[in-house]
Amino acid sequence: MIGLEIHAHLLTASKIFCGCGTSFGAPPNTCVCPVCLGLPGALPVLNHAAVDLAIRAALALGCTVHETSVFARKHYFYPDLAKGYQISQYDCPLATGGALAATRIHRVHLEEDAGKSLHDGFPDSDRKTYVDFNRSGVPLIEIVTEPDLRSASDAAGFFSRLRSMLVWLGVNDGNMEEGSLRCDANVSVRRAGGALGTKAEIKNLNSFRFLQKALEYEIERQIGVLKGGGRVTQETRLWDAASGVTASMRSKEEAHDYRYFPEPDLPPLVVDAARLGSIRAAMPELPEARRARFIAQHALPEYDAGQLVESRALADYYEHVVRAGAPAKAASNWIMGELARVLKDRGADITAPPVSAAALAGLIALVEQGRISGSIAKHVFDTMVASGRTSDDIVQAEDLAQIDDEPRLVALIGDVLAAHPGPVAQYREGKTATFGFLVGQVMRASAGKANPTRVNELLRRALEA
Amino acid sequence: MTTPAPSATIRDLRESVRSGARSAVEICRETLARVRASDPALHAFHTVTADRALARAADLDRDRDRWRDAPLTGVPVAIKDNLCTRGVRTTAASKMLETFVPPYDATAVARLERAGAVMIGKTNCDEFAMGSSTENSAFGPTRNPWALDRTPGGSSGGSAAAVAARLAPLALGSDTGGSIRQPAALCGIVGLKPTYGRVSRYGLLAFASSLDQIGSLTLTVHDAAIALNVIAGADPADATSAPDPVPDYTAALTGDIRGARIGVPSRLLENGPGGPDGIDREVAGAFRTALDAFASRGATLVDVDLPHARHAVAVYYLVATAEASSNLARYDGVRYGFRAPFDRHDDALGSMYARTRAGGFGPEVKRRIMLGTYVLSAGYYEAYYLKAQQVRTLIARDYERAFERVDAVAMPTSPTPAFPIGERVADPLQMYLADVFTVSANLGGLPAVSVPCGFTAGGLPIGLQLVGRRFDEPTVLRLADAYERDTNWWKREPAHV
Repeated sequence: MIGLEIHAHLLTASKIFCGCGTSFGAPPNTCVCPVCLGLPGALPVLNHAAVDLAIRAALALGCTVHETSVFARKHYFYPDLAKGYQISQYDCPLATGGALAATRIHRVHLEEDAGKSLHDGFPDSDRKTYVDFNRSGVPLIEIVTEPDLRSASDAAGFFSRLRSMLVWLGVNDGNMEEGSLRCDANVSVRRAGGALGTKAEIKNLNSFRFLQKALEYEIERQIGVLKGGGRVTQETRLWDAASGVTASMRSKEEAHDYRYFPEPDLPPLVVDAARLGSIRAAMPELPEARRARFIAQHALPEYDAGQLVESRALADYYEHVVRAGAPAKAASNWIMGELARVLKDRGADITAPPVSAAALAGLIALVEQGRISGSIAKHVFDTMVASGRTSDDIVQAEDLAQIDDEPRLVALIGDVLAAHPGPVAQYREGKTATFGFLVGQVMRASAGKANPTRVNELLRRALEA
Repeated sequence: MTTPAPSATIRDLRESVRSGARSAVEICRETLARVRASDPALHAFHTVTADRALARAADLDRDRDRWRDAPLTGVPVAIKDNLCTRGVRTTAASKMLETFVPPYDATAVARLERAGAVMIGKTNCDEFAMGSSTENSAFGPTRNPWALDRTPGGSSGGSAAAVAARLAPLALGSDTGGSIRQPAALCGIVGLKPTYGRVSRYGLLAFASSLDQIGSLTLTVHDAAIALNVIAGADPADATSAPDPVPDYTAALTGDIRGARIGVPSRLLENGPGGPDGIDREVAGAFRTALDAFASRGATLVDVDLPHARHAVAVYYLVATAEASSNLARYDGVRYGFRAPFDRHDDALGSMYARTRAGGFGPEVKRRIMLGTYVLSAGYYEAYYLKAQQVRTLIARDYERAFERVDAVAMPTSPTPAFPIGERVADPLQMYLADVFTVSANLGGLPAVSVPCGFTAGGLPIGLQLVGRRFDEPTVLRLADAYERDTNWWKREPAHV
């Protein structure tokens, strides 16, 4: 049985309790003030932009957002924790009781992040630890699931799906390397149908791969302990990616007593129905709804629709292409085909498209109008990516327009028939399979520009004349 | 002694500057001279900011037109050393912050400066405002100007002594369980604790956040009203500050209290746990005489019952210590303040914390951190913290009920007059119990003022307290001012002036 606790930075411009900026990678201790440094006498003031994003996430996860929630202080001593307590929420969280896919969400609450201890990178790092408080006070939501996940791959799949959802909502940037999305797991094993086992909490699972590997390791470890007649102890374990094992960090007896109590510096957070309504109204269409709409409204196959809602940016791009006039299926084909290939080659994603949606729609229109053929279009697309020029430009400059003109096609066909008397004779003897070869020769002679439908028609007429 | 202060109230000083009779610099020089003469014996001040004050006064004089109508132009003020002052050491009377210089001003301090006040220094107090005698200062006790062998009360004892000794007409203090009102009473001056949320707490070194409130120590009630006009009001930097509009509090001081109803909790006064000796006989006598004075001005005295008030001290010491244990967690030696010297035999992080906090905090602060940590611990939280909060609600409700029938509740501020230095140090419980009449106002977030109501035969001041409805400072100030007009106790000067 696996339950996850996910911490996600909220994409606000400023911190949760002060006006300092939140951008990652600023020089150490440059985004700080008396409040986030925990100077004497400084007081927190809630940033309501963080509340709005947290509510957006909670609503998207189907949670009940409570009219009143309460901030609480969670106490422990650590050098990167400026006040000696973290402002979080405890017995009255922002939201409870939702679900994502088949996994139930226990709660979603707001809290502040701590600073960051820098253990290496300095000339005297063998003797000293430095602390960077830029991250201190960055807003977070903690999302806690019920223990509904049954395997390591289930858990990794859920985490990945949750990440996509948070990014989709514009709540989080999904960046696990920079620590803006982090995951801890609670794991216990039991015999099928048996009572719940003792759980261990595993920390430091900051990629899908680590999550999966750590859980696989931990499940095997607990089964091994039980099979050997031992008992699993309730403890916190740390995943060590280098050695691929989890190791005990602290036992239940050593667990912190966080001494939670309501934060007296902040009044209870009240979210009224009007505010919930306006957040709900401003909520982007969720992936599932969008997928259904693509199927119903654009008549896309299920597979296409599922692929296109992989991210909000991709779905937006697709819709822009369609809105610029491209037929739905053609747009989908181009995006999942040529565009995806280029993105993959470049290691880029759709937030920086190599070709604008309007430009792609223009190219598709040329094909739809029969001005260029499908194979020419691929060449034009590559040229657009490489040069940034428009499809019209390229078609004109390279003289790529399709040849529909009957006299020109008849002349081309005449040349091909004259050059290949053998296949022509075979066709006329009834071996009609040589027709395809002859079409290919005509296309080749036209450098791919001949209108294939017209070529078929005229070639057949010429052979049967 | 230097030249006696001819007129020491805010109102008179302000008027003399406005009329051009005296310059801000003259007033500042005289004030500093009195501080130099008197403070070695009193130790009201930790830090005297003489150069800064003179420069500021000179600025005000230079730019007279701009400052002509500001409410406090040229008025010297003293600031309790638990309020942040930009660029000026702010210690909270703790070794932990002996060298701490804040990069910002508390909102209340900034508002005084914007009103034209001249800060002359930072006053002594109990460490982190924890105490009732100013003996818990890491830098030595303050002495009472009426009797140098006695405490001025606390925790705002330095502020009270400074005003009583005419070293400044206005001092800011903080009041968590009586820390403005009790020293005001013991020093014979006026102490006002406004409604919780009336004055921004931004920049006040937190002791117990849900109880702390900044207020004034002044010679007269009128001066308290002037000061409140300046420091009250919403502050975007304090989420618990109240948005309620700020009236002109001096306008409430009409002298007319006919028809006002004053509640007297006689059952609490007779049977209350006012320490082993209960209420001092002379204090009780002065209080009764004061009630008669209110009655003869036309107020009606009404007996009120506050059935839960006898639990107030217990509730207070659970809530206040719990919050204190949390608020003082930030003093860990990592970012600022005292850090225990490196120990080559034991350089673990946990040991650095332990040695820093063992060495940086005094005994009373440590006692309260330990109590508060216990109160919030798993398994005890419900029995202590939660129960205390429930009783706190009952105490507040008692007052709400009383205020259905009366406009203010009157009590002695302190059950005893100023006590000798050292007398209660060894018995913290006795010290705690003496807070019986002051802590309820903090638990209920109510405004309360202490006004002088007489002297003992031995010449020690006695204070009367009036507690009002939330945000009804006008009523308590009007009542106190009317009483003051009849009695003028404030005009008597202490021996040490």
